[in-house]
Amino acid sequence: MAEGRRGYEGIAVCAPATVPYTRYAIRSAHWFCGRALAATIEAAGIRKSDIDGYCVSSFTLAPDSAVGLMQHLGLSPRWLDHIPMGGASGVVALRRAARAVQAGDAEIVACIGADTNHVDSFRETVASFSQFANDAVYPYGSGGPNSSFAFLTDHYMRTFDAKREDFGRLCIAQRRNARAVPYAMMRRPLTMDRYLEARVVAAPLRLFDCVMPCAGAEACLVMTSDRARSLGLPHAEILATIERHNAFPDDPIQIRGGWAVDADALYDQAGLGPEDVDVVQAYDDYPVICFMQIEDLGFCAKGEAGAFVAARDLTTDGDFPFNSSGGQLSAGQAGAGGGFLGLVETVRQLTGRPVGRQVAGARSGLVSCFGMINYDRGLCSAAAILGSAGP
Amino acid sequence: MARANGDGSGLLAALLGAIVSGTVRVVDLTMTLDRRTPTLVLPPELGQSWPFRMEEISRYDHRGPAHYWNNLSCGEHTGTHFDAPIHWVSGRDLPNNATDTVPAELFLAHASVVDCSAEAARDPDFLLTVEAVEAWEGTHGPIPSRSWLLMRTDWSRRSDPAAYLNMGEEGANTPGPHPDLVRWLIEERDVVGFGCEAVGTDAGQAAHFKMPFPCHHMMHGHGRFGLPALANLDKLPPQGAVVIAAPLKIRQGSGSPVRALALVEDAPRAAP
Amino acid sequence: MSRPPPPPRRKDPRARTRLPTLPPGNRSREALGMTAMAAQGRFALQRCRDCRKVQYPPRQICGGCLGDALEWRDLPDGGTLLAETRLEHSNDLYFRDRLPWRLGVVAADAGPSIVVHLAEDCETGARVRLALRLDRAGNAVVTARPETPDGGEGDDMQLREMAFGPRHRRVLIVDGKTAMGLALARAFAAAGARDVFIGHARPWRRSPHLEAARAVDRATLFPLDVTDTRSVADLAAMIGDKVEIMVNNGYHLRMGGAVDRCDLNTAHEEMQIHYHGLLRLAGSFGPAMRARGADGHHGAVAWLNLFSAYAWVNNPALGTYSASQAAALSLAQCLRAELARGGVRVVNAFHGPIEDEWHQLAPPPKLVPETAARRIVAALEKGVEDVPVGAVAEEILARWRENPKEIERAVRL
Repeated sequence: MAEGRRGYEGIAVCAPATVPYTRYAIRSAHWFCGRALAATIEAAGIRKSDIDGYCVSSFTLAPDSAVGLMQHLGLSPRWLDHIPMGGASGVVALRRAARAVQAGDAEIVACIGADTNHVDSFRETVASFSQFANDAVYPYGSGGPNSSFAFLTDHYMRTFDAKREDFGRLCIAQRRNARAVPYAMMRRPLTMDRYLEARVVAAPLRLFDCVMPCAGAEACLVMTSDRARSLGLPHAEILATIERHNAFPDDPIQIRGGWAVDADALYDQAGLGPEDVDVVQAYDDYPVICFMQIEDLGFCAKGEAGAFVAARDLTTDGDFPFNSSGGQLSAGQAGAGGGFLGLVETVRQLTGRPVGRQVAGARSGLVSCFGMINYDRGLCSAAAILGSAGP
Repeated sequence: MARANGDGSGLLAALLGAIVSGTVRVVDLTMTLDRRTPTLVLPPELGQSWPFRMEEISRYDHRGPAHYWNNLSCGEHTGTHFDAPIHWVSGRDLPNNATDTVPAELFLAHASVVDCSAEAARDPDFLLTVEAVEAWEGTHGPIPSRSWLLMRTDWSRRSDPAAYLNMGEEGANTPGPHPDLVRWLIEERDVVGFGCEAVGTDAGQAAHFKMPFPCHHMMHGHGRFGLPALANLDKLPPQGAVVIAAPLKIRQGSGSPVRALALVEDAPRAAP
Repeated sequence: MSRPPPPPRRKDPRARTRLPTLPPGNRSREALGMTAMAAQGRFALQRCRDCRKVQYPPRQICGGCLGDALEWRDLPDGGTLLAETRLEHSNDLYFRDRLPWRLGVVAADAGPSIVVHLAEDCETGARVRLALRLDRAGNAVVTARPETPDGGEGDDMQLREMAFGPRHRRVLIVDGKTAMGLALARAFAAAGARDVFIGHARPWRRSPHLEAARAVDRATLFPLDVTDTRSVADLAAMIGDKVEIMVNNGYHLRMGGAVDRCDLNTAHEEMQIHYHGLLRLAGSFGPAMRARGADGHHGAVAWLNLFSAYAWVNNPALGTYSASQAAALSLAQCLRAELARGGVRVVNAFHGPIEDEWHQLAPPPKLVPETAARRIVAALEKGVEDVPVGAVAEEILARWRENPKEIERAVRL
């Protein structure tokens, strides 16, 4: 499948930036996009006119798209993309940006995932998410993603005899990773008792299984490694990427994502295996989807993620560093920004400039993304393996 | 013709003075028209008279802030009403037979009131006969010509519409005139018409008479009138009252609800 | 397993009445095709005419072969419950008021996986029976019950939100003087109505049916004449805040058309009873019913109109009658839209010739009122919106849907 695919040699990701998260904001998505851009420019030490390409993802930019944002922020890029793929946006943006730079269509592409969260905007987003959701999901209890992931969790638990404690271990480890991350909204240590006894949100999901919607933004720059070096920017390089939409449409209920189709191609392109990856960032709005990614990306067999998580240490000091900044389950879900969280954290880990704790000796990182529950399952899956660019 | 004098010396001035002083009483012979006012019950496959209905146009509100008024609908023969000769097939070709052409002076007439309340209480199908009226004349004097014959039954006191209409499986059971009486009143007494308290001038069972509905057929066939559904006939003397009952001036109308009034000059000893 | 609804209590005059809210009602045009199926009580999904793939959620292009010949087909209603959840949190006011709320994902025998409202007594992994129902906003939803459920849908707290049965509810039957009125009174009482209010007009017309209706359990008789604005308003003032199901069953049928036996007075009377009568009832009883759409477990739920199937297609032998029925049907659509805000359903039942004195010369089959009444109550319990009652009405509606011109030319009494 990867035969004939071009690699990403010479393409760098750098200048990671985060606009601190808040539960609610009175600022607009335009503000969060603009501040994220300013932060990444500042990190790179360039001017905004040096950037000639943009990849933007946001749910709350409406009625604008990336186009309107350009005028809003006074930008005149020669290359522009709007990626409406929610949690999968980060890796998809990276893929698009890398190819644009490789082809010479742009020199520096800013990838931005940003969303605001007004008091009612999450409800508005889920109440008009998609035609299928409007017609066939939202009128059923209006639980939003909670009810969808409750189904997937319930089914996963019954099918693979998973226990809530299995998910709890993952959530507790991520919370431990978050303790040194200033922008993580939840840093209070999580105990297994608190996890198990938390109030029910959508059985079997309880409070700490559910990501908290918030406002915030993530951004980074994609350019050639040469350009990064000339700017003196610490950067990571792209080793491999995959992307898949609506995988396994005949599965009656989701137990796997597109990674299960494309994982081999990912590792082949990277020239690495799962055992070679030093740090993993997986999309984590609910722990069950982390389990599916761990399985589908080859870290363990299908249905064995519970045992895998129990046997391994997912903290930054552990033997399977996983969501090293605490993930969305600790930081909050800044809308489409959540789709960039893992990418930005991977760049930070591979350039030795973490916001929280460094995973010792991290030279390769896998970032996996998942997004868009259009009806009964998440449709978009994507993953990338990045490597450190060396000294 | 007598002239009305501004100084109060004329005939009408004297009448008005008597009304003001109470020597002449005005008796309201009219049922209150409302949505419960019963109308004649006919076989359901025949055409039906509309009941009295009232729809508010406005009541000092957004539909008309300064005024209260209603739209009305009802059949011509609803509540206390006037039957014109054109109402019946027998009177259809007479001159001046409709509400707009009946000469107005005929709307004022003397009333002879025959009290049949005791008989009607015993027998709802009671028929007033020539013999009974002749006996009545023996006591109260002859019926003057151009008079209403009013049949008092106290039927109007039946406030329950079902009791008032008194429908049975063979039709209504309500009192009325005997066919012979109708003929006698026209030919021998030259009445202006026949009035009563029931819903129609004929007896409830009159559909089954040899000549069905004789009061309608003969009275209207001879240019006489009907005045059914009257009230307060118990407040009238047997002789001497003047009835004023004018229908609305509807072109080619067969009848109309009326406000029927009677003027009663009390004998000095008969004050109630 | 089921959470049966608690029996009704007298209203606490100190408590603020719960305001009606509706489940989300934003549906695509394609999804409203499913609403049409639910309104008829059918379990039908889209199926591709070319490749026969069954589609869900509704769409315009086949997800199998990309054809656009998607047809609504009645399909097997079985399925297996794959997963479930019990929501303790919702983003929507309607569901927040009714938590917890149970949902499931069912692998339908027909093919697709379907998110459903789940009856209490369904178990994951077990077989379930799917149904299309109309929710309180009037849109189709899919429900699942066990293959052999404990009780009726009205006994399940959640499915009761999508059913409109008379159990524990107070019913007003507008005209108790007809055989149909009596049969309806008996059927509603038998279905557990809390009160059966029965109207009667024109006191001088005796009715053996009304006499029999006096003996119906929990029946109370009230004067009610739908041709009389004041009469309707008076009764609404007396019991308008108690009526939870309105049964508008008055009718006035006479022969005659526009050319043959043209009779304005007959036409007037028909309009008075069918059209203006409905209008008067709507104006007087509608506001309170709409306001009480969420008043406890047994608030106002349904407005049933008993119409002739000739409301859809004129029978020239009963020309003005048919026309007045059509006028009333149109008004019922207006009423449906207006009552929808309170979650109160307008259900129209359509009958063919009834076994009564006005259908003496109509050839059989004629509707026996008892059968029709049971069918109507069952339709309310299922939450169906358009109910043809009896073989003649079913045929007229089926033919009307297939070819309105054909039935227009064929209808004769």
